[in-house]
Parts: sequence; C-alpha cells; structure tokens
Amino acid sequence: MNMVSKSKTISRQKYGIIFMVSGVVLAVLGILMRVAFYNKNQMYDLPWFLVILGGVIIFYGMSQYADRKHLGGEVQFTARKAKDFFLKYALIFSLFVLVIVIISIQPNFMQWDVVLDILAQSSIKLIIALGICMTLLIAGTDLSAGRMVGLAAVISTSMLQNPTYANRFFPNLPQLPIIVPILIAIVVCGLFGALNGVLVAKFNMHPFIATLATQVMIFGACSLYFDTPPNKSQPIGGVRDDFTALAQTKILGKISILIPIALIVTVIMWFVLNKTVFGKNIYAIGGNMEAARVSGVNVFRTLMGIFILAGVLYGFGGVLEAARTAGATNQYGNGYELDAIAACCVGGVSLAGGIGKISGITIGVLIFTVIQYGLEFINVSPMWQQVIKGVIIAVAVAIDLSKYKKVLWH
Amino acid sequence: MGEYVLEMNHISKSFPGVKALDDVNLKVRPGSVHALVGENGAGKSTLMKCLFGIYHKDAGDIILEGQNTDILSTKQALSLGISMIHQELHPIRFRPVWESFWLGRFIKNGIMVDKKTMVEKTKQIFDEIELNVNPETLSGDLSPSNLQLVEIAKAISYNAKIIIMDEPTSSLTNNETEHLFKIIRKLQKKGCSVIYISHKMEELLQICDQVTIMRDGKYIGSWPASEMTTEEIINKMVGRELTDRFPHKDYTPGTETVFQVKDLCSAVPRSFQHISFELHKGEILGIGGLVGAQRTELVESIFGLREVSSGEIWKNGKQIEIHCSDDAKRNGLALLTEERRASGVFGHLSVLDNTVIASQKRYVKNGMLSEPLRIKSADHISKELRVKTPSLSTEMENLSGGNQQKVLLARWLLTEPDILILDEPTRGIDVGAKYEIYTIMLRLIHRGKSIIMISSEMPELLGMSDRIMVMCEGHLTGILDSSEADQVSIMRLATKYME
Repeated sequence: MNMVSKSKTISRQKYGIIFMVSGVVLAVLGILMRVAFYNKNQMYDLPWFLVILGGVIIFYGMSQYADRKHLGGEVQFTARKAKDFFLKYALIFSLFVLVIVIISIQPNFMQWDVVLDILAQSSIKLIIALGICMTLLIAGTDLSAGRMVGLAAVISTSMLQNPTYANRFFPNLPQLPIIVPILIAIVVCGLFGALNGVLVAKFNMHPFIATLATQVMIFGACSLYFDTPPNKSQPIGGVRDDFTALAQTKILGKISILIPIALIVTVIMWFVLNKTVFGKNIYAIGGNMEAARVSGVNVFRTLMGIFILAGVLYGFGGVLEAARTAGATNQYGNGYELDAIAACCVGGVSLAGGIGKISGITIGVLIFTVIQYGLEFINVSPMWQQVIKGVIIAVAVAIDLSKYKKVLWH
Repeated sequence: MGEYVLEMNHISKSFPGVKALDDVNLKVRPGSVHALVGENGAGKSTLMKCLFGIYHKDAGDIILEGQNTDILSTKQALSLGISMIHQELHPIRFRPVWESFWLGRFIKNGIMVDKKTMVEKTKQIFDEIELNVNPETLSGDLSPSNLQLVEIAKAISYNAKIIIMDEPTSSLTNNETEHLFKIIRKLQKKGCSVIYISHKMEELLQICDQVTIMRDGKYIGSWPASEMTTEEIINKMVGRELTDRFPHKDYTPGTETVFQVKDLCSAVPRSFQHISFELHKGEILGIGGLVGAQRTELVESIFGLREVSSGEIWKNGKQIEIHCSDDAKRNGLALLTEERRASGVFGHLSVLDNTVIASQKRYVKNGMLSEPLRIKSADHISKELRVKTPSLSTEMENLSGGNQQKVLLARWLLTEPDILILDEPTRGIDVGAKYEIYTIMLRLIHRGKSIIMISSEMPELLGMSDRIMVMCEGHLTGILDSSEADQVSIMRLATKYME
C-alpha cells in the first residue's frame, strides 16, 4: 500500500487572521448569549467562558500575525504534524470532552463558583504533586509524601487549639505565635525528607524502598505523638480561627486563598526547576546519572536537596490541609502520594526520569480534580468514580507515552 | 554440500554515519578452526553479529551448507546450528547455572519445568568437556574462566555446527587456555567448525587452520595459518598508508611537565597497577592498547570516578587530591568519556543544557541562572567548534554522533581546563567529523593546553600523538616517541603480556 502524505500550506498571515476571526466569533457568540438569555439565566456563566476562550484565541492569532517574520512566513499542515499536535495537547482535549459531557448532563456546571471550587480543591494536591515531581524526575519516587502531610497536620493543629477548647492536646500550652507551630511542622517534615535523602544518596537505596521505610516510620511516630495523653488518639479539634483563616479565607468573598498560595508555590517551583543550577541538575541526573556524575554535578547534594525540599512542600501542604479542615487525625494524607504520582504521570512526567514540566503537572492535577468534582456533580457513585479514574490514568499515560520511542517503562 | 559449511559473500552493513562492513567475505570449511583477525573496530564483531542475527546485513549473501539463508534473529541462528560465545558475558547472577543453560528452551514435564532432567543433561555435557562445575551453583559465583567454559558447553548443547568464539581466552590463564584448546579439538573431530576471534597471535597460529584478516570494515584476505607468521598477520592487520587523514601538526611540544601520575594503582586488583607517566605542556600524549588494557579505567580513576588504592597525582609541581569529578574539574581537568551514550549525552535535554551543564556555576547572577549568559556561552563555543544543530533548543538525541561529540567537547571547554583527557574521541563518527575533532585538538594545543588521548585506532594514535604510552592488561609496557613508533612496535607492546 502506498501512502502519500498530504500537505497543505497557507501563509502565516492568513493563519493568524483565521484564529483572530474565529476568536471574535466565539466572543460575540458569548455576548449575544448573555444578552439573549439574560433574564432566564439558562446559560449560567457559559457566555463569559466563551468570551474568555474567544479572547485567548484572538490573542494567539494576533501573536502569530505579529510575529510572522520570526516564525516563518508559512504554515504547513501535514498528517504528521496534525498527529503530533493532537498528541501534544491530548490531555487538554480530553479535559474539554469531559467538561462537555458533564455540562450536557448538568448545565449548571457552567459556573464561576464551580471553576473556583475546582481550583481551590486542586491547590493542596498541586503543592504535594510539585514536591513529588522532583523525586519522579530523577527516576525515583516518594511514598512517604502522604504520611508527611498527616504528620504536619497533627503537629501544627496540636499546638494551635483554642484556649477554651475542652480536649486540648497540650492543656497548659500558652498561645504561640501562629508561625511557630507551622514552622515546627514543616521543619520536621524537612528532616524526614533529609532522612529519605540520606538513605537514597548515601546508602544508594532505591527511592521506592527508602521512602517506603520512612513512610512506615513517619506513620508510627505520628500515631505515637497522636496517642500521647491526654489526647489518646482523639481527633484534634477546636483549632484557632487565625490558623483556619490561613486556608479558609475568601478573597472578595469568593476566591479561596488557597488558589493564590498554590499559584505562588507553583511559580517558585517553576523557578527552581528552570532557573537554578539545582533544577538543571535534577533534570541532568534524571536524564543520565552517569553523565551527570562525570560532568561534576554534585549528585549527593542534589539528591539531598530534592528530598528535603519535597519534605518541606509536603509539610506545607499538610499545614494547609489541617487549616482547611480545622482539625487533624493521624490518618490525614493517607494515600495522597499515589494521587500525586498519578497526576504527575498524567501530566507527562516520565517515571524513567528526566522528563516533566510544571505546566504538565498542573494540568495533571486539575484533570484529576475535574474528574472527581464533575463525576460527583452528575451523581456518579464513588465506586464508579474509582473505575473511571483508573481508566483515565491508563489512557492518558498511554497517549502521552506514544510521543516517545518504544522503550519499556518510560 | 560444497567445500564450505558457511560462506559469507560481499557482506555490507552501515550504521548512521559509519560504514562498518564493506564487501566482506568469510568462507569456513567444515571441521576447521577459522581465525578472524583485525584491529579494534575492524568490523569482526559486527560481521559475527550479522551471522548470529543480532544485526541484519544491508547487502550480501550468507550461504549455510549450500543454502542461501537470511538470518533474522538469534533464535533462528541457534536453530540453524550457529552459536556465539560473546566477548563480554552477562550472566544472570542470582540464578543457578542450569537455568541460564536452558533459558529459552526449558525442558518441561507437563506444565512443570523438568529441573531433574535439565540438571542431569547439563552435568553430562560438562563431563564431556571435563568441566568441573555443579549445575546448581549460582552463575554469579563462577570464575570468569568457568563462565566462559559454561558458555562453550551451552553452545555444544545446541548441537551447533558453527561456534563463534569472540576473544574466548581474554579471561583465561594458560592452563585454562590449554583446556579450551582441547575442547576445541574435540569439537573439530565431531565435524563442528569454530570461528575464532582473538588478538593473541601465537595462540591463533597454534589452534587455527585458516586466517581471515579484516581492516576498517574491509576484507583483506584469507590464508592458511600454516603459511603465516605473527609478523605477517600484524602487518596485514595494520598495514595501511597514513594519508592526509590528519591535519598538519605545526608545533613543537614543550618539555615542561604540567601533569604527573606517580605509581597509581587501582583499588580493583585485576585493573591497572603501578602506572607512572608525565604529561608535558602543549603535547598530545596518546594511550594505546587493546580492549582490556585498562586504559579507560586509568583515566577515569585519575578523574575521580573510580577508586584508587595508592599513588599520587601532581599538577604544575603541586600534588593534588581528586576524590570526585568535581575535584578534577576544579583542578582544571576535563574528561571526555568513551561511552558517549552511557556517560556523556543527556538525550532528552536540549543542546544548550548539554553544553553548559559542567560549567553552570559561571552563569549564576543574583542567585539565579542567567539565560542570556548561558545562551551566549553556548552559542559562542558551538559556533567555534562548528556544531551543526538546527538550534540550541534542539533535543540532543537528534544530533549526529559527530555533532554530539563536539557538544561534549564544548561542554568541557567551557570549564576552561588546561588538561583534556579524551577517551576514544572519534569512536563511531565519520571521517569528516573526525578531521574536525583533530583540528580542534590542535587548536587547543596552540592555546597551551595539554591533551591525553586514548585511542584504539592505530593511525589516529600515530597521526595525532607526540608520544605514545602503551598499556597491556593493566601494565604500562612502554612510552614511545611518535617519531620512533610504528604500528608493529605498538602492537608488540600492546600484546606483551599475552602469551
């Protein structure tokens, strides 16, 4: 069979204009919708979403139009390019499809509140995923993440209870400045991270077993602490308002404070991975450990840094989780590491190391929240939710891997 | 069946950028031991891999017992009666001998693996070749020589008509070699042919009937072993004219010693021992030797990548301590490793990242990496070395071998070293790129840098070095001035301890 690959060429100018026009059409459609259905409110916030989407497309078209000298005067369409494009953005497409399915079942999904809810629910997961992604980038893993979240939650809440609360963890503890218990929680997690680092970097243990060992240790230690009298394994409650405000505050009455916090952490992590020697070394170690060693990269220090920083991020995530729920038990955070690893993989992080971007991880986490939130929204039973989640992990990662050459286990 | 059990006619095979085999012939008579000789990289192993189904020939015919055969897989090769004993053995260390012996063709009893029969049969074959190994010991516990003999036994168990032995005696003592020869003669009597690859000339002439010589992927000829002498074989192996494959050297190396290694011993007993040498300012010191001479181990130990048990390293009259590659880098050393893929290239990272990875601390401004500084350095050096890449953001794995090598050179030049150690700097890259690498080396010499170059290619060693240090099995066997050195004298030093 002879296949001739078809290709079509149009000028960059025309390409840009096509995008601008379709963007304008979308935006106008949105505005018209808003006007037409203003009173009945049938469309919820869909018109605004269309206007924003239209705006983004116009912006893309304009940038293509304006930058046509730099990008080359022509755009070529081939079957191969189309396939590459689809594969590159397969995740975003699948997210779109999912949203459309949910909307067609429950139109009131199209609301700002829903979007804000999803972002808020993603925030803490994203912080944990950003910690774990570094350990994945070096072809490792971190199974202790979830238990560190629980540990940080228990430590921080145990010292931040209302003086009037009946079952205080430390009945005679004076009111500490809020920052002190938070720092203690984060530092403890950082120390356990350092333990992970020592086991991996000094004793050459595979991160899987090293972090499994610390995971068990942390849970034991956390339970012991949780069980000290007078608490005796009672869920910790009566948390101070200034602490819960850390995660429950709403900016402008609507936007959860967790969203900007996660955004800041994301920006910092993007900076660390892309703009520092440390970050570059992480990719180098993940890409080719031997070559990194030969090039004079300090592998020991980098590995230590990775696990400590990851521990700090889990600790921070745990503190936020405790503040969000205004309480803690030693079961907090159980299994979070697996969700975070799955989100990273869906977002294009390779378990073989060296490949992965912050943007991908962010999208991976968002996809998971959208799935969970959306399926709850259309009343899918939690059991089915699990099945669907599993299928989506498998499919998403399979699509993502088809970008690469066939090597077992990317 | 004709005169030959195996005829390989006009075999060619190319790899990206390299023509590994060019119209090669090999004709093997039944019941004979056929020597296949040539320098490192002459294409012997490639030819054998084509026969064994690991590679697929691009052109030519393989005629096995009069039948034109296309060998597509090792499994097919084995079923056709061809067995190969590889140069480097990779035993399944934590499994018993009998398991690896029958791997891929387990004898079964119903659905169960029939361990008893297999162990018995293994024992039987071992007895046949007087090999005293219990089939139930772990493969990892075998000595290298026993491992080799187990592999030979395994080849026999396939009822092979042709057994390929790639440097079978490299890990054997004299007695063990005698034992091996006894086994080979037994095989011969059974009508089995052996293709024997070795660098050890005396050994070849002792055991082989016919000698086929290859050079640079080409067929030189085939002669009865009885008509050949060691000298003649070496001459035919290396005998090629040095044409203008090398840039003209227009400098005189200095006499001042910039770098000195004193009595360096590896922590591994089988590796190099008691190595002392000096490197002069502005000179290229070549290190020659055959596979297994421990040259790579030596330079990697100097660079802090492998452990040493004793010895000193001096630079500019001062002793320096090197415990890791970072120490070496700080002391102005650079090492281009032999295995570009395994320990050089970051395939999924960009050319830019690959270029600046070893010198990153130079681009930190206010605590962060400055992208403009990184790009400026990488751009400058890659223009200077004429790296051909679509852009600096191209993924490294999309570059050709020669260009990857230039990027790696660029990486080390950015660390501003005074002493460059180049381990097989032109391995697996084409002639044009080789010439460019040589030009770069000469330019570095002009700038007052000094170079240590390991090379297994004789012409390169002779054409580029000012002095040549030859190693054999971990010993330094001599340092020659390149004016007095020739291929025969180097080859003699390189095989000094091989008898």
